[in-house]
Amino acid sequence: MSEGNAASPLLTVEHLTQRFGGLVAVSDVSFSARDREITAIIGPNGAGKTTLFNCLTGFYTPTVGRLTASHSGRTWLLERMEAHEIARQARVARTFQNVRLFGGMSVLENLIVAQHNKLMAASCFTLAGLFGLPSYRKAEAAAVERARYWLERVGLVDVADWQAGNLPYGAQRRLEIARAMCTEPRLLCLDEPAAGLNPRESADLSELLLFIRDHHAIGVLLIEHDMSVVMQISDHVVVLDYGRKISEGPSAQVRNDPAVIRAYLGEEEGA
Amino acid sequence: MAGAGTPPSDFKAALGEAAAAGGIALLLTLPLVGMRTLETSGGLVIHPHFADVALTVLLVFLGRLGLVLIEAGRGGAVLAAAAAMVAAGWLLPFPTEALRGIALAGGLVVALRAGLALRSRHSTLTQAERDRRMDRVGARLQDASRLIGPVAVLFALVLPFMPFANRGVIDLGCLLLTYIMLGWGLNIVVGLAGLLDLGYVAFYAVGAYAYALMATTFGLGFWVCLPLAGIFASLYGLMLGFPVLRLRGDYFAIVTLAFAEIVRIVLLNWTAVTNGPVGIAAIPRPSFFGIADFTNSPAEGHLAFHQLFGLTFAPVHRIIFLYYVILALALVVNFFTLRIRRLPLGRAWEALREDDIACTALGINRTNIKLAAFAIAGMFGGFAGAFFATRQGFISPESFTFIESAIILAVVVLGGMGSQVGVVIAALLVVGLPEAFRDLAQYRMLAFGVGMVLIMLWRPRGLLAHRDPTILLHLRKSARQQQAESEARG
Repeated sequence: MSEGNAASPLLTVEHLTQRFGGLVAVSDVSFSARDREITAIIGPNGAGKTTLFNCLTGFYTPTVGRLTASHSGRTWLLERMEAHEIARQARVARTFQNVRLFGGMSVLENLIVAQHNKLMAASCFTLAGLFGLPSYRKAEAAAVERARYWLERVGLVDVADWQAGNLPYGAQRRLEIARAMCTEPRLLCLDEPAAGLNPRESADLSELLLFIRDHHAIGVLLIEHDMSVVMQISDHVVVLDYGRKISEGPSAQVRNDPAVIRAYLGEEEGA
Repeated sequence: MAGAGTPPSDFKAALGEAAAAGGIALLLTLPLVGMRTLETSGGLVIHPHFADVALTVLLVFLGRLGLVLIEAGRGGAVLAAAAAMVAAGWLLPFPTEALRGIALAGGLVVALRAGLALRSRHSTLTQAERDRRMDRVGARLQDASRLIGPVAVLFALVLPFMPFANRGVIDLGCLLLTYIMLGWGLNIVVGLAGLLDLGYVAFYAVGAYAYALMATTFGLGFWVCLPLAGIFASLYGLMLGFPVLRLRGDYFAIVTLAFAEIVRIVLLNWTAVTNGPVGIAAIPRPSFFGIADFTNSPAEGHLAFHQLFGLTFAPVHRIIFLYYVILALALVVNFFTLRIRRLPLGRAWEALREDDIACTALGINRTNIKLAAFAIAGMFGGFAGAFFATRQGFISPESFTFIESAIILAVVVLGGMGSQVGVVIAALLVVGLPEAFRDLAQYRMLAFGVGMVLIMLWRPRGLLAHRDPTILLHLRKSARQQQAESEARG
């Protein structure tokens, strides 16, 4: 498995199949995503990309297949774990296609909630916190500092005390990424982060993702329809169509794959 | 259409519509109100009540006329007329008290409608803008509550020594504080964690029976039993939690309701332990922290409260003591909630209310968090139950019906989910007003219903639905300004 460099497989998907009754949403998909790389999963609507994500992050239990995450010298079998264990132990964080923020809470609170498990331990399961012990206060200050760091990264420091639900759409998307990063993940799964963004915001997003990959040394798994983002930043592209993997490789190679062109543009006449 | 010059044809049409409504009312009330059967020695006799019918029809006629005229743009005139009607209902003699109540309520409703119509015509605000304005009022009130809170607590502390504080006032205070405590307890589950619990009274029942049974069977004192009652109610919460917390939304609410009924029915039928519908009587009253008793003639070797402090014996001493016990218990719940909102557990509860799927994706174990909410809120419910049992001295399953759950839930929802001050105000309204208007007899529930409908119309999210962040990155003032800016923008 080891390839002798930093880009070892962080996530391995083997023969993943997900059926809903008679419908096969994902069928026998295998690929791997490496550490410190951005792996994009693309495909037409209904190709099973989000289903794949839901299997990875424990929201669905796959019908068939093995999902392995390995880093820090340990290995986790994701298909056997519950969603919150995957986030907490295997350090896989995700965002959602339709933004899921805590809309009634402030921007900063969203980022503090993301550090729940750490703070919970620091507050001795609220006992130390209830009496305001200094150890808890220190942990909370550290959590606020981490939140401030990510707010600076996504350009939301000025609105840190706003209600998250009052932010404009693009800012909500960035906040969701910041919130996922506050859980200190090793693999970040982004479900269409550029959906609904204007070209400028998309460019900022690409920059942010490259920064996360390079400076935080984690793997990024990306579902995206915006080809400008995908082709610009992806190290590796996996193409799904009707639940099957039809192509895989570096972006330049995938772009010219006839199977991919067929899936996106339809069969050429006389071909 | 506004102004004085409404064409006579319009008025005629309004009269016609009102007459039609009156006719329907006549058809309905003639058999329902107009003829009552009386049992005399000669058998059943029909007793006519045509005066009542005529008055009811007249009321319906006037009410409908008022509504039609409001719609036609004559709100001002209708407002004056309706106000006159309310005054008449207050001052003039009516054949029955019921009709006086109807005249008062009818006039009030029409006057309110007219007033609302006038206001909304004059203001060009949309509903959303009005909501936001109310929210700002709520925010200001919550700011003020930083001051009002201590003042209110101080007032509650000195209340028993006020000149007007007779036994009735202190008893009412105890009742109110019990509901405030229950409201604050339920607020943890409903307001913070967003779990609609329709069966909170079950915790209350478990606490009350736990104390009553332990005290009457094992002779344990109140101060030993109080924590035990809390632990029992908490355990009930955990037991209930495992099957129930897998459910969400409406299903969750229905199952909590069902479990509360199960508890009541068990209490009703497990005669060997709970004494069934007869209930448990002669529950011991609390002692003064185990040091002294509140009796005129203490048992051998025991001290009496009045002897301890060199007072003359008065039965009100115990009532005042009970008042302070429930005040302390309620304040404990309040301080706990205020504190926990700033801790990871409390923030996770609120996050759970906002979006439970996102919580899971952040590695938060939903089940544990929900169980914690249930266990803690249950513990406070158990404390309140033990207090209830010791205050009443007698409990039976009658005290733990669904209506109690509904009232506690109404307190939380009307107050504004998650708002501590809101719970107090709502408890004053929901529990205090019906107590204050006991003279209206059965019509107080009608008034209660009207009040609920009005609040839901004006403040669908509760009286004080504004929420302040629990932690700020910037200074507080600038945060407010920014929020205002964001509101101004959209």
